[in-house]
Amino acid sequence: MEKIQESGKVSRSISKTVIYVVCILLAVLSILPFWIMFVNATRSTPEIQSGLSLLPSSHMMSNLQVLRDKSFDALQGFKNSFIISSAATLCTVYFSSLAAYGLVTYSWKLRGPFFTFIMCVMMIPSQASAIGFYQFMYKLHWTNNFLPLILPAIAAPAVVFFMRQYLLATLSIEIVEAARVDGSGEFRTFNRIILPLMMPAVATQAIFAFVANWNNLFMPLILLTQKEKYTMPIMVSLLRGDIYKMEFGSIYMGLSLTALPLFVVYFLLSRYIIAGVALGGVKE
Amino acid sequence: MRRKDVSYAKYGYIFTFPFLLAFLIFSLYPILYTAVIGFTDMKGLIPKPIHILDNPFQNFKDLLFDNPSFRKSLFNTGLLWLTNFVPQMLLALLLTAWFTNRRLNIKGQGLFKVLLYMPNIITASTIAVLFSTLFAYPMGPVNSLFQMLGWTDGPIFFLQDKTTARGIVSFIQFWMWYGNTMIVLIAGVMGINPALFESAAIDGANGFQTFFRITLPSLRTILLFTLITSMVGGLTMFDIPQLFLAGGPDDSTLTTSMFIYGQAFKGSYMYNRAAAASMIMFLISGILSCLLFYVMRDRDASRLKKIQKQKYRTAAKSAAREV
Repeated sequence: MEKIQESGKVSRSISKTVIYVVCILLAVLSILPFWIMFVNATRSTPEIQSGLSLLPSSHMMSNLQVLRDKSFDALQGFKNSFIISSAATLCTVYFSSLAAYGLVTYSWKLRGPFFTFIMCVMMIPSQASAIGFYQFMYKLHWTNNFLPLILPAIAAPAVVFFMRQYLLATLSIEIVEAARVDGSGEFRTFNRIILPLMMPAVATQAIFAFVANWNNLFMPLILLTQKEKYTMPIMVSLLRGDIYKMEFGSIYMGLSLTALPLFVVYFLLSRYIIAGVALGGVKE
Repeated sequence: MRRKDVSYAKYGYIFTFPFLLAFLIFSLYPILYTAVIGFTDMKGLIPKPIHILDNPFQNFKDLLFDNPSFRKSLFNTGLLWLTNFVPQMLLALLLTAWFTNRRLNIKGQGLFKVLLYMPNIITASTIAVLFSTLFAYPMGPVNSLFQMLGWTDGPIFFLQDKTTARGIVSFIQFWMWYGNTMIVLIAGVMGINPALFESAAIDGANGFQTFFRITLPSLRTILLFTLITSMVGGLTMFDIPQLFLAGGPDDSTLTTSMFIYGQAFKGSYMYNRAAAASMIMFLISGILSCLLFYVMRDRDASRLKKIQKQKYRTAAKSAAREV
C-alpha cells in the first residue's frame, strides 16, 4: 500500500511496480504447479528425476499406457463422477429453489422458525454424522450405490439461503397472482414461470454444487468399495499407492487427466464462477 | 371477491417438505445414530445389536484422557487451521486493498482474479497428490528448483520432517483458499457506500487511513462470515492431509476427520470410538459457531445488513463484468 497524496506521484509509481510484481509472482505461483504437472505428464520417469523442465517431452502415450496397464480407468471414474455430480446438482438446485420459493411467497406459521432452522443446519459439518450415516446405509444395503451420494443433496441449506436472498430481491408477487388469475396451479407456476426467472441464481449455484460434488472424497471413500463404482477423487487417491511408486510420469498423467476437465470448464465459465463466489460469499 | 380469501399457506409447508424430509433422513437421523453409537461398544464388521455401555461416557473419557493420537489430531487441526487462515486472511486483505483502490487503478485485475482463484477449483485430492509428488525426495521438482536457484546444496527430505510437513499442508490450504477469500472481500468492499470513500478523500485521508478506518470496519460482517465458513471447513479438513502424507510423519499432520476415518473405516472398525470423536468435533464446531455468532450479533450491523445485501449483489455483478 502507499501514501496517497497529491504530490506522491513518484511514490505511487514505485508502489504500483511493487504491486504488479507481487501479483505476477502470485499468478505464477498459481500456475506453476499445474504447469509442472502437465509437462511432467509428457515426460518419462528418468527425465523427471533428472531435473525440472518447463517444456513438454514426448512420452505422453507411454505414460498413458502404464496407467492403462495398472487398470487406472479414468473414463469410468469420469463417468461415475459425472453421474453422481449431475444428479446431485439437479436435486440441489431444484429442491432448494422450491424451498426458497416456499419461504418467500407464502406466509405460513412456521416460516420464521424454518428459516432459523436452515441457518443452524448450515453450521453442521457433514463428517459429524458420517458413522451413523454409514451404518444406516449399510443396513439399507445402499453401500456401493450412488443414491446415498445423490439424495442427501436435496437438503442443501446454503443454497436455499442463497436462493431466498435472490428471490427476495427479484420476485414480485404480482407475477404469482397474475398466474393464479390465469388458472395456473402453484406447482405449475413455479416450474413454468418462477424457475426460468431464477435461472441466473440457479446457474451460479449449479456450478458450485457440481464442483463440490465432483471434489467430494470423504463420503465416496467410505461408501464405495467396488472398483467400477469409484469416483474421480478416489481414483486420484489410488495414485498414492505403491504400484505407482516409481512411475512418476504416469502419476502426473493420472493427475492431469483428473484435472483437465475442470480446467476446461473453469476457463470457459471463470467469469460466472467468480461472480458466483462474490455473490455466494455474502451470506450473512 | 371470494378468491382472494383462498389461503395458500399450505404450499409453504409443501414446498419446503422435500428439504425437511431429506434433512431428517440423511442428516438428523445419522447424527442421532452417531451420538447413540458413541455411547455403545459397537465394533467390528458384523453388525450386532446396540448395547449401551455400563458407563455411557467411557468412549469420550478414553478419547479425551487416554488417547494421545486423538488429542494430537485435535491439536493439529487447530494448528493447521490457524497457520493457514491467518496468512490467508492477511494476503486476501492486502490484495483487496490494492484491487479496490481507485487511485491505484491496477490493470489486468480480471486476469489476476481468474488466476488466483484457480487453485480453488481443482479437486483437493489431485492437489494433495500433486504436491506430495512435487516434494519428492531425492529428486523432485521442488528439490530441483531449490538446487537450480542455489538455495540448498543437497536434496531436502521435506516430507520426513514434522515442521516442513505441517508447513506444506498449511501452505496448500492457504494457496487454495486465499483467492476465494479475496474475491468475497472485494465484493464486500464494492458494496460499501462510495460516499464514505469520497468524504474520506475530501477530509484528506491517505490509503492506510481509508483502509483501516473505513474499509475494515465496514467489512466486519463479511470477515466474520469468512471466519465461520473457514472454521467449519478447517475442522473437517480431510482430503489434503489424508492424501498428502496420510497423517505422517509421526502423526504430525493427522487431523480429527482423518482420525475418525482411520478408526472406523481403515480396517479397525472401531465405530464407537469414531462416533464419540465425531460428537466431540460436532460439539466443538457448535460452540465455536455460537461464539462467533454472538460476536457478530453484538454490534449494530443487523440494521444495515439489509441495505448492504442489496448493494453486494450489484457489486458482485460489476465484479463479474470486470473479469
